Amino acid sequence: MNHSRSRRNPTREPDFPTVKPPSPGGSSSGGAGAAMRLIVPLQGVVQGRGGLILGSIIPGALYYFFQLYLKRCRSAKPNSNPPSPSSSSAQLADLSRSSSRSNLSSRGSVGPVRVSARANSIAKPNASPYYIGLEMASEDPYDRFDNPDGIMQLGLSENRLSLDLIETWILENLERSMIGGADGHLNISGIATYQPLDGMMEMKIAVAGFMSQVMGTTVSFDPSRLVLTSGATPAIETLCFCLADQGNAFLVPTPYYPGFDRDMKWRTGVELIPVHCRSSDNFALSVTALDQAFNQARKRGQKVRGILISNPSNPIGNMLNKETLYSLLDFAREKNIHIISDEIFAGSTYGSEEFVSMAEILESEDFDKNRVHIIYGLSKDLSLPGFRVGVIYSFNTSVLAAAKKLARFSSVSAPTQRILISMLSDTRFIQRYIETTRERIKKMYVAFAAGLKQLGIECTKSSAGLYCWADMSGLIRPYNEKGELELWDKLLKIGKINITPGSACHCIEPGWFRCCFTMLAEEDIPVVIKRIQRVVET
Amino acid sequence: MAIETDQQPPVGLSRVAVSETHGEDSPYFAGWKAYDENPYDESKNPSGVIQMGLAENQVSFDLLEEFLKQHSEASIWGNKISGFRENALFQDYHGLQSFRKAMASFMEQIRGGRAKFDPDRVVLTAGATAANELLTFILADPGDALLVPTPYYPGFDRDLRWRTGVKIVPIHCDSSNNFQVTPQALEAAYNNAEAMNIKVRGVLITNPSNPLGTTIQRSVLEEILDFVTRKNIHLVSDEIYSGSVFSSSEFVSIAEVLEARNNKGSERVHIVYSLSKDLGLPGFRVGTIYSYNDKVVTTARRMSSFTLISSQTQHLLASMLSDKEFTQNYIETNRERLRKRYGMIIQGLRVAGIECLQGNAGLFCWMNLSPLLETPTREGELALWNSILHEVKLNISPGSSCHCSEPGWFRVCFANMSEQTLEVALDRIHQFMKRRCDKEKLGHV
Repeated sequence: MNHSRSRRNPTREPDFPTVKPPSPGGSSSGGAGAAMRLIVPLQGVVQGRGGLILGSIIPGALYYFFQLYLKRCRSAKPNSNPPSPSSSSAQLADLSRSSSRSNLSSRGSVGPVRVSARANSIAKPNASPYYIGLEMASEDPYDRFDNPDGIMQLGLSENRLSLDLIETWILENLERSMIGGADGHLNISGIATYQPLDGMMEMKIAVAGFMSQVMGTTVSFDPSRLVLTSGATPAIETLCFCLADQGNAFLVPTPYYPGFDRDMKWRTGVELIPVHCRSSDNFALSVTALDQAFNQARKRGQKVRGILISNPSNPIGNMLNKETLYSLLDFAREKNIHIISDEIFAGSTYGSEEFVSMAEILESEDFDKNRVHIIYGLSKDLSLPGFRVGVIYSFNTSVLAAAKKLARFSSVSAPTQRILISMLSDTRFIQRYIETTRERIKKMYVAFAAGLKQLGIECTKSSAGLYCWADMSGLIRPYNEKGELELWDKLLKIGKINITPGSACHCIEPGWFRCCFTMLAEEDIPVVIKRIQRVVET
Repeated sequence: MAIETDQQPPVGLSRVAVSETHGEDSPYFAGWKAYDENPYDESKNPSGVIQMGLAENQVSFDLLEEFLKQHSEASIWGNKISGFRENALFQDYHGLQSFRKAMASFMEQIRGGRAKFDPDRVVLTAGATAANELLTFILADPGDALLVPTPYYPGFDRDLRWRTGVKIVPIHCDSSNNFQVTPQALEAAYNNAEAMNIKVRGVLITNPSNPLGTTIQRSVLEEILDFVTRKNIHLVSDEIYSGSVFSSSEFVSIAEVLEARNNKGSERVHIVYSLSKDLGLPGFRVGTIYSYNDKVVTTARRMSSFTLISSQTQHLLASMLSDKEFTQNYIETNRERLRKRYGMIIQGLRVAGIECLQGNAGLFCWMNLSPLLETPTREGELALWNSILHEVKLNISPGSSCHCSEPGWFRVCFANMSEQTLEVALDRIHQFMKRRCDKEKLGHV
């Protein structure tokens, strides 16, 4: 069994000979290694060449023996974690804890060489219920026939309702669209060779057209203002890299999509400042609250670079109206900051209101457009998360110039672009797809919300998205985050349904849950309701 | 776009956005612009600029096309399309298992079975550019450094440094020993960094080397591995050209060196690979990190969320790379054709009076034009580069953009064009050399 051991950097303690780490072979070599660790430092002490050297060796040796003693005491536990003398002990503790536990069998796993601080924080097991629930549900997925006792996944906002339409289109059109040339002659260089790393122009034109179509053709998008990325995840990270320095912050209304914490902060070093919205005004965004948050940040010496809104909202599912968008623009102008509008659910609407994009507002008014940037992608509205297509749409030429160059780190695959160019250009199919999807989402929403209502669970009035925002505050005890997480845990482990607790979305009020319903079939809804009922009635 | 008030400064951007670290103002990229403005075309623009600055492999497209024609079911998810749904929804950062297996076995095949690769250690990224950046994020903190032997791929300045905030400290190599890395050069670079108070986190080598076009000898790999072990730092081996070695026996991967040591101390080693060069598919955006370190594998996998490969592409390539007959034939044929091309360009240059470094791999040769320099300086080199670009209409890469310590060396790519185009390029070089020779003779008379 591999022991984690304290790493010593030979260059910092010159009179200590380097002790090689035990080989990953087995416990016998580990024993020899331990003996070595005792003998060699002793030799160093005995052979010390002078008072000064002895003066530095002996305390070091004593300290080292002390550690060895501690280590021996803990050597029975596989997760032993001896304190390290080096400066970055917290990081080393992480390193040894995770690597000693994770891999005992395969070669070369435990080693003293360090990874970066950034990597250390990412390597920690993810504590958010959002990720825990996703993982558990994916390990034991419910299937009506093959695994009826599995976990039903209502924590992932994926739309499976209209994949049949896309399947049919692919079957009828794929071969021609992907590689076949105009004259039937196979020509691979159109997809094999280097393409512009921010997306082929044909693809940008097709995506710009799709965005316009999906948002109701009330606004048009200029292909030259698009940068394509491998999903919306890198799109938002790239924008953060362009708009903010490490330590700067974005104001984000709560509740918000749990993924933002990872996507926007991990590598950029940017902070997110929550701006709390409440059920009393239907979780509407208030400029007063934004202003307060901005001023508090300033007092703390934290520089706010922008506001991030998601419209339609995730996890609520409401849409921002024109007045709100105008006031946001006024606020941003007053503070001279950016607005990032994540509009990835723009096409997944089912209410009576029409979606209004930031782009539409800017088209009609004389605002400073340089501060507005839109995020989009094909994962939700077109149900193709696997294909990895995200969009940064900006009116700021400097941002576009930087984002274009950064897109090389997350480019869209060329053969995938070819297929999508073909599909998105088939505007008749796209129109049919958009309309059908909307109907199906609406049907599911109505059935699902009604089912929850039978249990006395109300949802906020929403008109978009692939989920509903359910008020289960009456079912949690005590009325706080702990009570909420207990209910979440029971629903996951006993009820076998994964829904996302509001605390994972930074909601200030306990008891709210996001329930995604577009991964289910209509027949599954009564099953979900029954399972919730079973849990809440115990 | 109206700005609301005159007094208000424009809304600010980040340091990353305004920095020059993307390097796109260097000659390496300026040559590309000249090409874009006046690209050579055999029939439509025979006097245009021939692009010899792009390391792209076009010599084996026919093999790929043949495969795709005969295996169209690879692109339509099986004859019954039932796999499409799963594929369209698949965004797991572990990547398609079938694809990882296929990548691991392809990497084994390229190394003639001399090293084994575990599919569970393969982390997928959208291209090697992303893989190198991702590894840098993981192995080093802002302000730390990676040691990189010169001359090196100009893109590293951007890929390793731009967003990461990590520095590159060069390991100087020169022509006295064919630009090989020496233990003295390694120590010097490390001490250089220490003197500047910069913490070295690893060494990054490219094997086979870009721009040299040579494989690193086994003894040198051993020395480098010993060095990083002594210093307790990482080793990244970018083996993106491993399938482009003209003779299989001449390539030794770091994986082989590790296996000979029973993988002792391997947790500091990470290999980068991609299908952009060997398989000629840069447009597909397929890269991988292969790490012997569990923590790096876990972290890299999570971080790969920012750079996932399209599931459709993974599926298509899984099918192609699992076809052992196809891959074996492809690897051998590709190797042979590149060898032939290399022979052609070396011969053509020799006839024109130009010598190159003896190469055995890659899509380019490392040409020595130092006798032609007006002054043996970087300026002299750039002046020569400029006249080659504008008079001879060839875009080649000056050694200074690769941080070469000796002026006068140029990287010339030969695999991104047809044989006819290469002949035209060689002819132009021949004429250019002839003109210079004649001018000199006149000068002496």
